[in-house]
Amino acid sequence: MKVELVNLTKRWGDVVGADGINLTIEHGEFVAFLGPSGCGKTTTLLMVAGIYKPTAGEILFDGKVVNAVPPKDRNIGMVFQSYALYPHMTVFQNISYPLKLKKVPKEEMQKRVQRVADMMGIGHLLDRKPAQLSGGQQQRVALGRALVKEPQLLLFDEPLSNLDARLRLSMRSEIKRLQIDLGITSIYVTHDQVEAMTMADRVAVMKDGKLQAFSPPDELYERPKTLFVAGFVGNPPMNFFDVEVVIENGEYHARGVGIDLVVPAERGEKAVGRGKVIMGVRPEHVSLADEGASGVINIVEPLGRDDLIDVRIGETDVQLLVEPGLGLRIGDHVKLHFDTENVQFFDPDTEKSLLW
Amino acid sequence: MTTTTFEVEAKSGLWRKIVSALPYVALSISIIPILVGYYWVIIATFSYRTEGLFPVDANGNIGGFTLQNWQFLLDPQIWRVTLNSFLIAIGMVIGVGFLSTLTGYALSRMNFRGRKGFLGLTLVLHAFRPELLLIAIFQVLLFIAGIPLLGKVFGFNTVGGVALVMVALELPLGIWLMKGFFDNLSWDMERAALIDGASRFRVWWEIILPQVKPGLAALAIFNFIAGWNAYLIPFTFTIGAKVSNLSVYLNQFSGDTSPTGWNQVAAVGLFQLLPILIFFIFTQETLLSIYGGGAKGGT
Repeated sequence: MKVELVNLTKRWGDVVGADGINLTIEHGEFVAFLGPSGCGKTTTLLMVAGIYKPTAGEILFDGKVVNAVPPKDRNIGMVFQSYALYPHMTVFQNISYPLKLKKVPKEEMQKRVQRVADMMGIGHLLDRKPAQLSGGQQQRVALGRALVKEPQLLLFDEPLSNLDARLRLSMRSEIKRLQIDLGITSIYVTHDQVEAMTMADRVAVMKDGKLQAFSPPDELYERPKTLFVAGFVGNPPMNFFDVEVVIENGEYHARGVGIDLVVPAERGEKAVGRGKVIMGVRPEHVSLADEGASGVINIVEPLGRDDLIDVRIGETDVQLLVEPGLGLRIGDHVKLHFDTENVQFFDPDTEKSLLW
Repeated sequence: MTTTTFEVEAKSGLWRKIVSALPYVALSISIIPILVGYYWVIIATFSYRTEGLFPVDANGNIGGFTLQNWQFLLDPQIWRVTLNSFLIAIGMVIGVGFLSTLTGYALSRMNFRGRKGFLGLTLVLHAFRPELLLIAIFQVLLFIAGIPLLGKVFGFNTVGGVALVMVALELPLGIWLMKGFFDNLSWDMERAALIDGASRFRVWWEIILPQVKPGLAALAIFNFIAGWNAYLIPFTFTIGAKVSNLSVYLNQFSGDTSPTGWNQVAAVGLFQLLPILIFFIFTQETLLSIYGGGAKGGT
């Protein structure tokens, strides 16, 4: 099912939940709504589900406006963070509830529930009550309940947030595989950028009710359209500097306090002559070197495979990953090399990218 | 060396036992007056009269057991008033249960103009002593009595009228209690059911109501007891045995003109107490959940 949101807005008095969201989700696409809590992603999802009525704007399913269609007639399945299983019903009754409401004949109901339960690996738990299941099993039941009516649109509201880290990883790939196998258009709300990046075909980044960007994960990472997207996507986050870009001897230089980098011409020319701009460099493009900008180590965080260190250059803290076991300590003086090929520039006032 | 360690351990074990027994001892002692009271009531109902805690006959000798105190059971009037007590109690269970479940749900889930004010007003109403309202209620019941048909059921001097007043007085508490239970339920469950295809009413009936069953049961028990023991309202708004209830019937034994037959009062009192006692034995767990579940909900 193709889903279009046109200027979708939700307000409660002065409180803005979603502010003029415009996006189109293609048939079979897996889209993640990514943003910090309170950014309006769940509000938008609940409007798509029909639980909230939009204040303004339209929701279209396959070209038809569904604003006034109640949730039960939208043919959607939804998985909640809290699982939202019915505690007084068995697993079988939980999964079969949507079918019971559709008045599906008993025999077919039995068959469909069993098939979905087997697919989710909970076929042997059908007689249990939700309270007797582990968190992961409960989430599978919730997923089974959403899938059993064969919906045309699947909605996920932070479904993995309540699971422990390891289970989250396995459920992540399971959901992704399931979505590819079944080909159901899906919207996945999360505040976890790794989840969004790994699972989604396209990611919609939201902040304060507004859509910041809507693009495939790699594009989001390499060509962030706003300062917020650049800072929110990627872990550890992008480093930002206040710089001025000038031309000297035919080369573009980005100069700030304690820093002077030569940047590629095609990027530098878009930031030159604008006075102060914000330059962004990802941690993986910064490395320790014998020559370069000098700074003092602020923090050392061992992560196992790498050490995350925080180096103060002038007034800016720069995060970078280094090999562990270098024996670096807080207070050490180091020199940093910046790989400027992928450098980003942003307008400090509009916070929009100067490049894309 | 080893023996002394053993001794110390044995001593501390004994000490621990004594400490853990202390609460039981304290509770046992404090419960004695209550048990003695029950014992006295039971003995009194079967004896001519009592002296201290012992049954005595007319000459003051120990003995004098008799069943004459229970003769009221042969009076057809007792069954009439028992039925009335039962009707009032059941009326309260159904009336308060039904109305507070609906109202509590609406107040918990819906946002409408005047919601806060309504909640506050309900609480204030609960603070009113029924005694303050007697005259006003009397006027209302008289008015209802004037309405054809309805007046016969809910008017002045009817069992229905008494039940109606009792329900009204108990509603604020019931509403707040049920609202508290509903507040504890997650919205997601309702949303899930709506998406699964249930109508608003089915969500309430099939998904939400089963979750508040313990609260509903506790409320029902509370109201049954309140209705069964009702005295002030039936005493004030009924005239004559046909519509009075057990408590009012009990009152006539301690009349102003004749000496009080305490042993008879005890017998009728015990008769009134029995259903409650039996009821309580089976429902005490649910009854206690009213404190556990209902208290958690805020506004």
